[in-house]
Amino acid sequence: MAKIKEELGLGAGTNKALTGNEAVAYAMRQINPDVVAAYPITPATEIVQIYSQYVADGLVNTEFVAVESEHSAMSATIGASAAGARAMTATSSQGLALMWEMLYIAAGLRLPIVMPEVNRALSAPINIHGDHSDTMGARDSGWIQIYSENSQEAYDNLIQAVRIAEHPEVMLPTMVTMDGFIISHAMEVVRVLDDADVTNFIGTYKPERYLLDVDHPFTMGGLDFTDYYFEHRRSLAEPMFHAKNYILEIAEEFEKKFGRKYGLLEDYRMDDAEYAVIVIGSTAGTAKTAVDDLRAKGIKAGVVKIRVFRPFPFEEIKDAISGCKAVAVMDRSDGLAGVGGPVFAEVRSAICDETKKPLTMNYIYGLGGRDIDTEMIKSVYRDLQEAAATGRRTLVNYLGVRE
Amino acid sequence: MPRIKEPEYMGKLTEIRWHGRGGQGAKTAALLFGDSALAEGKYIQAFPEYGPERTGAPVQSFNRISDEPIRVHCHVKNPNVVVVLDPTLIGTVDVTAGLSEDGIILINTAAPAKEMKKKLGSDGFKVFTVDASTIARETIGRDIPNTPMLGALVKVTGLLSYDTLMNDTRAKLEAKFRNKPEVIEGNLKAIERAYNEVKSD
Repeated sequence: MAKIKEELGLGAGTNKALTGNEAVAYAMRQINPDVVAAYPITPATEIVQIYSQYVADGLVNTEFVAVESEHSAMSATIGASAAGARAMTATSSQGLALMWEMLYIAAGLRLPIVMPEVNRALSAPINIHGDHSDTMGARDSGWIQIYSENSQEAYDNLIQAVRIAEHPEVMLPTMVTMDGFIISHAMEVVRVLDDADVTNFIGTYKPERYLLDVDHPFTMGGLDFTDYYFEHRRSLAEPMFHAKNYILEIAEEFEKKFGRKYGLLEDYRMDDAEYAVIVIGSTAGTAKTAVDDLRAKGIKAGVVKIRVFRPFPFEEIKDAISGCKAVAVMDRSDGLAGVGGPVFAEVRSAICDETKKPLTMNYIYGLGGRDIDTEMIKSVYRDLQEAAATGRRTLVNYLGVRE
Repeated sequence: MPRIKEPEYMGKLTEIRWHGRGGQGAKTAALLFGDSALAEGKYIQAFPEYGPERTGAPVQSFNRISDEPIRVHCHVKNPNVVVVLDPTLIGTVDVTAGLSEDGIILINTAAPAKEMKKKLGSDGFKVFTVDASTIARETIGRDIPNTPMLGALVKVTGLLSYDTLMNDTRAKLEAKFRNKPEVIEGNLKAIERAYNEVKSD
């Protein structure tokens, strides 16, 4: 009987069968933030439900604030963070939408809030299933965005997010996402770290300035007209631009300590790939399986998974696909911009100045949790081969929809 | 206890689809089975299909069990094994949809497996039956067919050892029903009986 072994590259920790929500709640218990303010929303409800049980059972020292809406959840989290606390919340879909104005305020005030976000479609029509419409809409709010392929990544990403957000050179709110139901409600094997290892890895939060530091009073959230607003917004772009260095530095430390490797992107069989699919979230795993089948037939296929979407890994994407003949960019949200989805726009922008660049095509897929399997992904690679051979392609495609 | 047959897909990816009605524990069965498979060192996935969550409505849940890490995150379309917790679903729900030719369907019914095979029009897949509802009533005191079906599933697939299932289930029940030893013993007895009483076509 094969056993799950460290040799398989799963790194440190103990195996547990956990859903994505359970894994994230488990990480939050180990992070043990000072304040959690949250309002339940499917499919993220379990995260705060389980967490409130931890609070009730005395397993954490957190002040749990049950609020009346997500707008209030983010407001209370901002207040706590500004006061000097390590503060967290969790949400999904309409909940994130209701937080909207507060998202920008959290970033503008440089508050290192960490938030698990369970990706779910936005209304209308009403749908509770997984797609990326919610967080893609928040992509320019000044939050760092880290997407997870599975429960293990959601767990590891959340722990790293605390370090990233609180890094003195970053100090930006950070959201860690996973696909609603597909990951949040699916039980998988997750290697969880020892509590002490997490405590040591994240360290103590020591903000340079905070409102409850009465000996060093300062103003936060002041009025800024035409005189200084621009300078302050300009200074917000700097930490986001440099954040990728610290994200990589923290990932490296995580790998050294726990044996699991993370980057801005993950390349899968890209070394000699002629055809690539760029994808975010749980579909990356399905795409890797499709690529193994195609490789067995001699087709030089590869996958690029984007882990960090904000800051966008501009250079890294360019390098990853520079040797390809044709590339499909998969969007699990529709930009409704007239020219494809948000990931497509970023990738095209990243390669537009290159003299030699692959043909690109966009595939909008999986809206409202619509299933995407290996056969559908293989059909995308067939399209890429045909486009490379003929030079003809449809720029924006809708995959798996009845028309 | 001898296994009925060592399936050919042993060691590779095995996909299981559970059919039940809301409230019968199809989701719990998939989670329990996944958890037990982890205890035996397997990689697992267990997930329900989230549709209208009404008591009595047809529901499905799924398992993937493998010796290798599982990366796919799509629906299970061609299961190797189908488990039917409620035989009244047959005829309403296409329980054999996508079932592979060398697959297995395990049904909670008092009817003989041969009769069910005829009813389902098997084109290769094997049919097994066990009266899990009666077993549950006699051991647990209520018609909760999901636990005994775990015992029958282990017998007909050989995916896990009987001992792993029993030990893992005992540990979980002991954590949950510390003050109700009769619940623990009842459930374990149900698994044991279904393991012994499941019949092939």
